[in-house]
Amino acid sequence: MVNNEAVNCERVCREISNYLEGEVDAALRSAMDQHFPACQRCSSVLEGMRNVIRLYSDERMMEVPAGFGRRLEKKLAQNVRVHGTRWSTWSAWLVPVAALVLFAGGLRLANSLTAAPPLKSEHAQPGEGIPPDMLVVVTSGAKVFHAAGCDFIHNKQTERTLTAKQAMREGYVPCLRCMREYLHTAVAGHLALEVEAAAETDTDEDNMQERGQ
Amino acid sequence: MAEANILLHNPEQASTMREQDLIARVQRGRNELFYELVRPYERRVYAAALAILRNETDAEDAAQEAMLKAFVNIRQFRAEARFSTWLIQITINEALMRRRRERTVVMEGIDDRRDEESDYVPRDFADWREIPSESLERKEVRQKLADALATLDRKYREVFVLRDMEQLNIQETAEALGISVASVKTRLLRARLMLRDLLAAGWEQGWFSRLPFEKGNKPW
Repeated sequence: MVNNEAVNCERVCREISNYLEGEVDAALRSAMDQHFPACQRCSSVLEGMRNVIRLYSDERMMEVPAGFGRRLEKKLAQNVRVHGTRWSTWSAWLVPVAALVLFAGGLRLANSLTAAPPLKSEHAQPGEGIPPDMLVVVTSGAKVFHAAGCDFIHNKQTERTLTAKQAMREGYVPCLRCMREYLHTAVAGHLALEVEAAAETDTDEDNMQERGQ
Repeated sequence: MAEANILLHNPEQASTMREQDLIARVQRGRNELFYELVRPYERRVYAAALAILRNETDAEDAAQEAMLKAFVNIRQFRAEARFSTWLIQITINEALMRRRRERTVVMEGIDDRRDEESDYVPRDFADWREIPSESLERKEVRQKLADALATLDRKYREVFVLRDMEQLNIQETAEALGISVASVKTRLLRARLMLRDLLAAGWEQGWFSRLPFEKGNKPW
Protein backbone atom coordinates (compact mmCIF):
# COMPACT_ATOMS: atom_id res chain seq x y z
CA MET A 1 0.00 0.00 0.00
CA VAL A 2 1.33 3.37 -0.94
CA ASN A 3 0.26 6.33 1.06
CA ASN A 4 0.32 9.50 -0.85
CA GLU A 5 0.43 12.58 1.32
CA ALA A 6 -2.74 13.96 -0.06
CA VAL A 7 -4.87 10.85 -0.45
CA ASN A 8 -4.69 7.27 0.79
CA CYS A 9 -5.81 4.02 -0.83
CA GLU A 10 -8.98 3.83 1.17
CA ARG A 11 -10.07 7.26 0.02
CA VAL A 12 -9.07 6.52 -3.57
CA CYS A 13 -11.09 3.34 -3.54
CA ARG A 14 -14.12 5.14 -2.18
CA GLU A 15 -13.90 7.87 -4.81
CA ILE A 16 -12.78 5.81 -7.76
CA SER A 17 -16.19 5.51 -9.33
CA ASN A 18 -16.84 9.25 -8.88
CA TYR A 19 -13.44 9.87 -10.40
CA LEU A 20 -14.50 8.02 -13.55
CA GLU A 21 -17.72 10.01 -13.58
CA GLY A 22 -15.76 13.26 -13.42
CA GLU A 23 -17.52 13.94 -10.14
CA VAL A 24 -14.56 14.73 -7.91
CA ASP A 25 -13.25 18.23 -7.34
CA ALA A 26 -10.05 19.41 -8.96
CA ALA A 27 -7.89 18.99 -5.86
CA LEU A 28 -8.98 15.41 -5.28
CA ARG A 29 -8.65 14.57 -8.96
CA SER A 30 -5.13 15.83 -9.01
CA ALA A 31 -4.25 13.93 -5.83
CA MET A 32 -5.71 10.77 -7.35
CA ASP A 33 -3.89 11.35 -10.63
CA GLN A 34 -0.68 11.39 -8.65
CA HIS A 35 -1.65 8.39 -6.59
CA PHE A 36 -2.42 5.95 -9.40
CA PRO A 37 1.01 5.69 -11.01
CA ALA A 38 2.52 5.15 -7.58
CA CYS A 39 0.05 2.50 -6.41
CA GLN A 40 -0.36 -0.72 -8.31
CA ARG A 41 -3.32 -1.83 -6.26
CA CYS A 42 -5.38 1.29 -6.87
CA SER A 43 -4.47 1.42 -10.54
CA SER A 44 -5.54 -2.21 -10.85
CA VAL A 45 -8.91 -1.26 -9.35
CA LEU A 46 -9.18 1.64 -11.78
CA GLU A 47 -8.30 -0.47 -14.81
CA GLY A 48 -10.70 -3.18 -13.79
CA MET A 49 -13.51 -0.72 -13.30
CA ARG A 50 -12.93 0.87 -16.70
CA ASN A 51 -12.91 -2.58 -18.22
CA VAL A 52 -16.21 -3.45 -16.55
CA ILE A 53 -17.84 -0.26 -17.82
CA ARG A 54 -16.48 -0.73 -21.33
CA LEU A 55 -17.73 -4.30 -21.56
CA TYR A 56 -21.18 -3.77 -20.15
CA SER A 57 -21.82 -0.58 -22.09
CA ASP A 58 -21.21 -2.48 -25.31
CA GLU A 59 -24.43 -2.86 -27.22
CA ARG A 60 -23.71 -6.54 -27.76
CA MET A 61 -24.59 -6.96 -24.09
CA MET A 62 -28.18 -6.04 -24.88
CA GLU A 63 -29.82 -8.96 -26.54
CA VAL A 64 -33.49 -9.45 -27.16
CA PRO A 65 -35.21 -12.79 -27.49
CA ALA A 66 -35.73 -14.12 -31.00
CA GLY A 67 -38.78 -12.58 -32.66
CA PHE A 68 -38.94 -9.70 -30.20
CA GLY A 69 -39.09 -6.98 -32.84
CA ARG A 70 -41.73 -8.78 -34.85
CA ARG A 71 -43.95 -9.28 -31.82
CA LEU A 72 -43.50 -5.68 -30.76
CA GLU A 73 -44.38 -4.35 -34.18
CA LYS A 74 -47.47 -6.50 -34.26
CA LYS A 75 -48.59 -5.40 -30.83
CA LEU A 76 -48.12 -1.76 -31.75
CA ALA A 77 -49.96 -2.16 -35.01
CA GLN A 78 -52.92 -3.74 -33.23
CA ASN A 79 -53.12 -1.04 -30.62
CA VAL A 80 -52.60 1.83 -32.97
CA ARG A 81 -55.67 0.52 -34.73
CA VAL A 82 -57.66 0.31 -31.51
CA HIS A 83 -56.77 3.88 -30.61
CA GLY A 84 -57.70 5.05 -34.05
CA THR A 85 -61.31 4.14 -33.47
CA ARG A 86 -61.47 6.52 -30.55
CA TRP A 87 -60.13 9.51 -32.36
CA SER A 88 -63.05 10.87 -34.31
CA THR A 89 -60.88 12.86 -36.72
CA TRP A 90 -59.03 9.75 -37.56
CA SER A 91 -61.73 7.18 -37.78
CA ALA A 92 -62.53 7.82 -41.43
CA TRP A 93 -58.95 6.89 -42.27
CA LEU A 94 -58.99 3.80 -40.16
CA VAL A 95 -59.20 1.19 -42.85
CA PRO A 96 -56.62 2.57 -45.30
CA VAL A 97 -54.20 3.43 -42.51
CA ALA A 98 -54.53 0.04 -40.89
CA ALA A 99 -53.84 -1.51 -44.25
CA LEU A 100 -50.84 0.74 -44.64
CA VAL A 101 -49.56 -0.28 -41.23
CA LEU A 102 -49.76 -3.92 -42.16
CA PHE A 103 -48.23 -3.28 -45.56
CA ALA A 104 -45.45 -1.11 -44.13
CA GLY A 105 -44.85 -3.72 -41.48
CA GLY A 106 -44.38 -6.37 -44.09
CA LEU A 107 -42.08 -4.14 -46.11
CA ARG A 108 -40.04 -3.26 -43.08
CA LEU A 109 -39.72 -6.86 -42.14
CA ALA A 110 -38.48 -7.62 -45.61
CA ASN A 111 -36.20 -4.59 -45.64
CA SER A 112 -34.77 -5.38 -42.27
CA LEU A 113 -33.21 -8.47 -43.73
CA THR A 114 -31.14 -6.54 -46.20
CA ALA A 115 -30.90 -2.87 -45.21
CA ALA A 116 -27.71 -1.90 -43.41
CA PRO A 117 -28.06 0.70 -40.66
CA PRO A 118 -26.50 4.01 -41.65
CA LEU A 119 -24.58 4.29 -38.39
CA LYS A 120 -22.08 1.87 -36.94
CA SER A 121 -24.13 1.66 -33.79
CA GLU A 122 -27.71 0.54 -34.03
CA HIS A 123 -28.89 2.50 -31.00
CA ALA A 124 -26.64 5.47 -31.39
CA GLN A 125 -27.35 8.72 -29.69
CA PRO A 126 -27.12 11.34 -32.37
CA GLY A 127 -25.04 14.31 -31.30
CA GLU A 128 -25.92 17.94 -31.84
CA GLY A 129 -23.79 20.98 -32.33
CA ILE A 130 -20.52 19.10 -32.48
CA PRO A 131 -18.02 21.49 -34.10
CA PRO A 132 -17.24 19.84 -37.45
CA ASP A 133 -13.56 20.70 -37.24
CA MET A 134 -13.08 19.40 -33.72
CA LEU A 135 -10.34 16.79 -33.67
CA VAL A 136 -11.54 13.47 -32.37
CA VAL A 137 -10.13 10.00 -31.99
CA VAL A 138 -11.35 6.70 -33.37
CA THR A 139 -9.91 3.25 -33.01
CA SER A 140 -10.24 0.17 -35.12
CA GLY A 141 -13.13 -2.13 -34.37
CA ALA A 142 -14.92 0.56 -32.34
CA LYS A 143 -18.08 2.42 -33.23
CA VAL A 144 -17.64 5.63 -31.33
CA PHE A 145 -15.42 8.65 -31.57
CA HIS A 146 -13.89 10.28 -28.53
CA ALA A 147 -12.24 13.46 -27.39
CA ALA A 148 -8.51 12.81 -27.09
CA GLY A 149 -7.69 11.46 -23.65
CA CYS A 150 -11.16 10.03 -22.94
CA ASP A 151 -11.03 7.27 -20.37
CA PHE A 152 -13.09 4.95 -22.52
CA ILE A 153 -10.99 4.63 -25.62
CA HIS A 154 -10.48 0.97 -26.33
CA ASN A 155 -7.62 -0.42 -28.39
CA LYS A 156 -5.54 2.73 -27.96
CA GLN A 157 -2.69 1.48 -30.09
CA THR A 158 -4.93 1.78 -33.18
CA GLU A 159 -5.90 5.40 -32.47
CA ARG A 160 -6.55 7.61 -35.47
CA THR A 161 -7.20 11.33 -35.24
CA LEU A 162 -9.60 13.00 -37.61
CA THR A 163 -12.22 15.74 -37.61
CA ALA A 164 -15.60 15.17 -36.04
CA LYS A 165 -17.17 15.78 -39.42
CA GLN A 166 -15.13 13.04 -41.01
CA ALA A 167 -15.77 10.66 -38.11
CA MET A 168 -19.50 11.18 -38.46
CA ARG A 169 -19.27 10.74 -42.21
CA GLU A 170 -17.64 7.39 -41.60
CA GLY A 171 -20.56 6.43 -39.41
CA TYR A 172 -18.94 6.83 -36.02
CA VAL A 173 -21.17 8.07 -33.23
CA PRO A 174 -20.19 10.30 -30.30
CA CYS A 175 -18.95 8.67 -27.10
CA LEU A 176 -21.72 8.84 -24.55
CA ARG A 177 -19.30 9.95 -21.90
CA CYS A 178 -16.75 12.42 -23.25
CA MET A 179 -19.19 13.81 -25.84
CA ARG A 180 -22.12 13.99 -23.51
CA GLU A 181 -22.41 17.76 -23.73
CA TYR A 182 -23.41 17.35 -27.35
CA LEU A 183 -26.18 14.92 -26.68
CA HIS A 184 -29.64 16.11 -25.77
CA THR A 185 -29.95 16.72 -22.08
CA ALA A 186 -32.73 14.62 -20.84
CA VAL A 187 -35.30 16.39 -18.78
CA ALA A 188 -38.07 13.91 -19.12
CA GLY A 189 -39.77 15.25 -16.02
CA HIS A 190 -42.74 13.59 -14.52
CA LEU A 191 -44.80 11.59 -16.88
CA ALA A 192 -48.47 11.23 -16.46
CA LEU A 193 -49.02 7.78 -17.75
CA GLU A 194 -52.73 7.46 -18.01
CA VAL A 195 -53.24 4.78 -20.55
CA GLU A 196 -56.66 4.00 -21.70
CA ALA A 197 -57.29 0.36 -21.21
CA ALA A 198 -56.81 -0.59 -24.78
CA ALA A 199 -58.99 -3.53 -25.69
CA GLU A 200 -56.82 -6.61 -25.46
CA THR A 201 -56.88 -8.26 -28.80
CA ASP A 202 -53.61 -9.99 -28.25
CA THR A 203 -54.82 -13.53 -28.12
CA ASP A 204 -53.92 -14.64 -31.60
CA GLU A 205 -52.20 -17.91 -31.98
CA ASP A 206 -49.42 -16.53 -34.13
CA ASN A 207 -48.09 -14.65 -31.21
CA MET A 208 -48.17 -17.69 -29.02
CA GLN A 209 -46.46 -19.76 -31.66
CA GLU A 210 -43.73 -17.20 -32.12
CA ARG A 211 -43.03 -17.18 -28.44
CA GLY A 212 -42.90 -20.93 -28.38
CA GLN A 213 -40.17 -21.02 -30.99
CA MET B 1 -39.36 8.86 -49.12
CA ALA B 2 -38.79 12.52 -48.34
CA GLU B 3 -37.08 11.95 -45.03
CA ALA B 4 -34.48 9.75 -46.65
CA ASN B 5 -33.17 12.78 -48.55
CA ILE B 6 -32.29 14.84 -45.52
CA LEU B 7 -28.58 15.47 -45.19
CA LEU B 8 -27.37 12.20 -46.50
CA HIS B 9 -23.82 13.49 -46.36
CA ASN B 10 -23.98 13.67 -42.57
CA PRO B 11 -25.50 10.51 -41.11
CA GLU B 12 -25.24 11.80 -37.58
CA GLN B 13 -27.20 14.94 -38.11
CA ALA B 14 -29.50 13.19 -40.50
CA SER B 15 -30.31 10.67 -37.81
CA THR B 16 -31.20 13.38 -35.28
CA MET B 17 -33.31 15.26 -37.76
CA ARG B 18 -34.95 12.12 -38.88
CA GLU B 19 -35.88 11.25 -35.32
CA GLN B 20 -37.23 14.74 -34.66
CA ASP B 21 -39.14 14.59 -37.88
CA LEU B 22 -40.60 11.19 -37.01
CA ILE B 23 -41.62 12.40 -33.55
CA ALA B 24 -43.34 15.44 -35.03
CA ARG B 25 -45.19 13.30 -37.54
CA VAL B 26 -46.35 10.80 -34.96
CA GLN B 27 -47.43 13.67 -32.71
CA ARG B 28 -49.52 14.98 -35.59
CA GLY B 29 -51.25 11.64 -35.94
CA ARG B 30 -49.03 9.58 -38.25
CA ASN B 31 -49.37 6.66 -35.87
CA GLU B 32 -48.10 4.10 -38.33
CA LEU B 33 -44.62 5.67 -38.07
CA PHE B 34 -44.32 4.99 -34.38
CA TYR B 35 -42.58 1.65 -34.67
CA GLU B 36 -40.00 3.13 -36.97
CA LEU B 37 -39.37 5.77 -34.32
CA VAL B 38 -38.85 3.36 -31.45
CA ARG B 39 -37.19 0.51 -33.26
CA PRO B 40 -33.62 1.75 -32.69
CA TYR B 41 -34.28 1.62 -28.95
CA GLU B 42 -36.03 -1.71 -28.61
CA ARG B 43 -32.97 -3.43 -27.22
CA ARG B 44 -32.39 -0.78 -24.60
CA VAL B 45 -36.04 -0.83 -23.60
CA TYR B 46 -35.99 -4.60 -23.22
CA ALA B 47 -32.72 -4.54 -21.26
CA ALA B 48 -34.10 -1.94 -18.84
CA ALA B 49 -37.22 -4.01 -18.23
CA LEU B 50 -35.17 -7.17 -17.82
CA ALA B 51 -32.88 -5.54 -15.26
CA ILE B 52 -35.86 -4.87 -13.06
CA LEU B 53 -38.06 -7.89 -13.70
CA ARG B 54 -35.39 -10.56 -14.27
CA ASN B 55 -37.67 -12.71 -16.32
CA GLU B 56 -37.68 -12.71 -20.11
CA THR B 57 -41.41 -13.06 -20.59
CA ASP B 58 -42.25 -10.38 -18.03
CA ALA B 59 -39.59 -8.11 -19.48
CA GLU B 60 -40.98 -8.48 -22.97
CA ASP B 61 -44.52 -7.77 -21.80
CA ALA B 62 -43.34 -4.73 -19.87
CA ALA B 63 -41.30 -3.51 -22.84
CA GLN B 64 -44.31 -3.78 -25.14
CA GLU B 65 -46.55 -2.04 -22.64
CA ALA B 66 -44.00 0.72 -22.14
CA MET B 67 -43.84 1.29 -25.88
CA LEU B 68 -47.63 1.56 -25.97
CA LYS B 69 -47.57 4.08 -23.15
CA ALA B 70 -44.96 6.06 -24.98
CA PHE B 71 -47.22 6.02 -28.02
CA VAL B 72 -50.26 7.18 -26.06
CA ASN B 73 -48.22 9.93 -24.37
CA ILE B 74 -46.15 10.96 -27.37
CA ARG B 75 -47.71 14.42 -27.42
CA GLN B 76 -46.31 15.07 -23.95
CA PHE B 77 -42.79 14.51 -25.17
CA ARG B 78 -40.86 17.78 -25.39
CA ALA B 79 -38.00 18.25 -27.79
CA GLU B 80 -35.58 19.42 -25.09
CA ALA B 81 -35.46 15.90 -23.67
CA ARG B 82 -33.62 13.00 -25.23
CA PHE B 83 -36.19 10.68 -26.73
CA SER B 84 -34.29 7.56 -25.71
CA THR B 85 -34.12 8.66 -22.07
CA TRP B 86 -37.80 9.51 -22.06
CA LEU B 87 -38.55 6.05 -23.41
CA ILE B 88 -36.30 4.32 -20.88
CA GLN B 89 -37.90 6.20 -18.01
CA ILE B 90 -41.34 5.12 -19.12
CA THR B 91 -40.06 1.55 -19.28
CA ILE B 92 -38.63 1.71 -15.79
CA ASN B 93 -41.87 3.12 -14.42
CA GLU B 94 -43.74 0.30 -16.08
CA ALA B 95 -41.37 -2.40 -14.83
CA LEU B 96 -41.31 -1.04 -11.28
CA MET B 97 -45.07 -0.85 -11.26
CA ARG B 98 -45.34 -4.47 -12.37
CA ARG B 99 -42.89 -5.60 -9.76
CA ARG B 100 -44.82 -3.84 -7.03
CA ARG B 101 -48.08 -5.29 -8.28
CA GLU B 102 -46.81 -8.82 -8.57
CA ARG B 103 -44.90 -8.91 -5.36
CA THR B 104 -47.43 -8.56 -2.57
CA VAL B 105 -44.87 -9.89 -0.14
CA VAL B 106 -41.54 -8.15 -0.59
CA MET B 107 -38.85 -10.76 -0.92
CA GLU B 108 -35.99 -8.55 -1.89
CA GLY B 109 -34.80 -5.21 -0.67
CA ILE B 110 -35.38 -5.71 3.03
CA ASP B 111 -31.79 -4.78 3.70
CA ASP B 112 -31.85 -1.80 1.35
CA ARG B 113 -30.54 0.58 3.96
CA ARG B 114 -27.96 -1.51 5.70
CA ASP B 115 -24.91 -2.18 3.64
CA GLU B 116 -24.56 1.14 1.88
CA GLU B 117 -22.70 2.29 4.91
CA SER B 118 -20.16 -0.48 5.09
CA ASP B 119 -17.17 -0.36 2.78
CA TYR B 120 -16.58 -2.97 0.15
CA VAL B 121 -12.96 -3.98 -0.11
CA PRO B 122 -11.98 -4.89 -3.65
CA ARG B 123 -9.87 -7.94 -4.26
CA ASP B 124 -6.18 -7.40 -4.47
CA PHE B 125 -4.48 -8.11 -7.78
CA ALA B 126 -1.01 -7.17 -8.84
CA ASP B 127 -2.29 -6.23 -12.27
CA TRP B 128 -5.57 -6.00 -14.06
CA ARG B 129 -5.80 -8.28 -17.06
CA GLU B 130 -7.72 -6.46 -19.72
CA ILE B 131 -10.73 -8.31 -21.05
CA PRO B 132 -11.03 -7.34 -24.71
CA SER B 133 -14.33 -6.17 -26.09
CA GLU B 134 -13.89 -8.66 -28.94
CA SER B 135 -14.61 -11.46 -26.50
CA LEU B 136 -18.21 -10.22 -26.49
CA GLU B 137 -18.58 -11.85 -29.88
CA ARG B 138 -18.84 -15.09 -27.99
CA LYS B 139 -22.27 -15.94 -26.73
CA GLU B 140 -20.93 -17.76 -23.72
CA VAL B 141 -18.92 -14.71 -22.65
CA ARG B 142 -21.98 -12.50 -22.88
CA GLN B 143 -23.88 -15.07 -20.89
CA LYS B 144 -21.21 -15.17 -18.19
CA LEU B 145 -21.24 -11.41 -17.92
CA ALA B 146 -25.02 -11.40 -17.72
CA ASP B 147 -24.85 -14.08 -15.04
CA ALA B 148 -22.33 -12.07 -13.05
CA LEU B 149 -24.60 -9.05 -13.21
CA ALA B 150 -27.56 -11.16 -12.13
CA THR B 151 -25.79 -12.15 -8.93
CA LEU B 152 -25.72 -8.54 -7.70
CA ASP B 153 -28.37 -7.43 -5.27
CA ARG B 154 -31.22 -5.64 -6.91
CA LYS B 155 -30.26 -2.20 -5.69
CA TYR B 156 -26.79 -2.45 -7.18
CA ARG B 157 -27.87 -4.12 -10.37
CA GLU B 158 -30.52 -1.55 -11.20
CA VAL B 159 -28.25 1.43 -10.72
CA PHE B 160 -25.50 -0.21 -12.72
CA VAL B 161 -27.79 -1.13 -15.61
CA LEU B 162 -29.31 2.33 -15.84
CA ARG B 163 -26.04 4.22 -15.60
CA ASP B 164 -23.55 1.97 -17.34
CA MET B 165 -25.65 0.05 -19.80
CA GLU B 166 -28.54 2.41 -20.52
CA GLN B 167 -26.27 5.44 -20.22
CA LEU B 168 -28.62 7.55 -18.14
CA ASN B 169 -26.68 10.09 -16.12
CA ILE B 170 -26.51 9.98 -12.33
CA GLN B 171 -29.36 12.44 -11.89
CA GLU B 172 -31.61 10.61 -14.33
CA THR B 173 -30.82 7.30 -12.67
CA ALA B 174 -31.75 8.75 -9.28
CA GLU B 175 -35.02 10.11 -10.64
CA ALA B 176 -35.91 6.93 -12.47
CA LEU B 177 -35.44 4.80 -9.36
CA GLY B 178 -36.73 7.36 -6.87
CA ILE B 179 -33.53 7.38 -4.82
CA SER B 180 -31.03 10.09 -3.95
CA VAL B 181 -28.06 11.06 -6.07
CA ALA B 182 -25.80 10.08 -3.18
CA SER B 183 -27.33 6.59 -3.11
CA VAL B 184 -26.79 6.22 -6.84
CA LYS B 185 -23.12 7.07 -6.44
CA THR B 186 -22.59 4.70 -3.54
CA ARG B 187 -24.39 1.84 -5.22
CA LEU B 188 -22.63 2.46 -8.49
CA LEU B 189 -19.25 2.26 -6.80
CA ARG B 190 -20.21 -0.98 -5.12
CA ALA B 191 -21.68 -2.52 -8.26
CA ARG B 192 -18.63 -1.68 -10.35
CA LEU B 193 -16.25 -3.01 -7.72
CA MET B 194 -18.18 -6.24 -7.32
CA LEU B 195 -18.36 -6.80 -11.08
CA ARG B 196 -14.65 -6.19 -11.38
CA ASP B 197 -14.03 -8.89 -8.82
CA LEU B 198 -16.47 -11.26 -10.50
CA LEU B 199 -14.81 -10.74 -13.86
CA ALA B 200 -11.39 -11.29 -12.36
CA ALA B 201 -12.68 -14.56 -10.95
CA GLY B 202 -13.94 -15.31 -14.46
CA TRP B 203 -10.45 -14.85 -15.85
CA GLU B 204 -9.24 -17.46 -13.45
CA GLN B 205 -11.93 -19.81 -14.74
CA GLY B 206 -10.95 -19.15 -18.34
CA TRP B 207 -14.04 -17.28 -19.57
CA PHE B 208 -12.04 -14.82 -21.61
CA SER B 209 -8.80 -16.55 -22.24
CA ARG B 210 -9.31 -17.65 -25.80
CA LEU B 211 -10.88 -15.94 -28.75
CA PRO B 212 -12.43 -18.30 -31.27
CA PHE B 213 -10.52 -16.84 -34.21
CA GLU B 214 -9.16 -13.55 -35.33
CA LYS B 215 -11.27 -11.33 -37.53
CA GLY B 216 -10.93 -12.31 -41.14
CA ASN B 217 -9.55 -15.77 -40.49
CA LYS B 218 -11.64 -18.80 -40.98
CA PRO B 219 -11.79 -21.10 -38.00
CA TRP B 220 -11.35 -24.13 -40.17
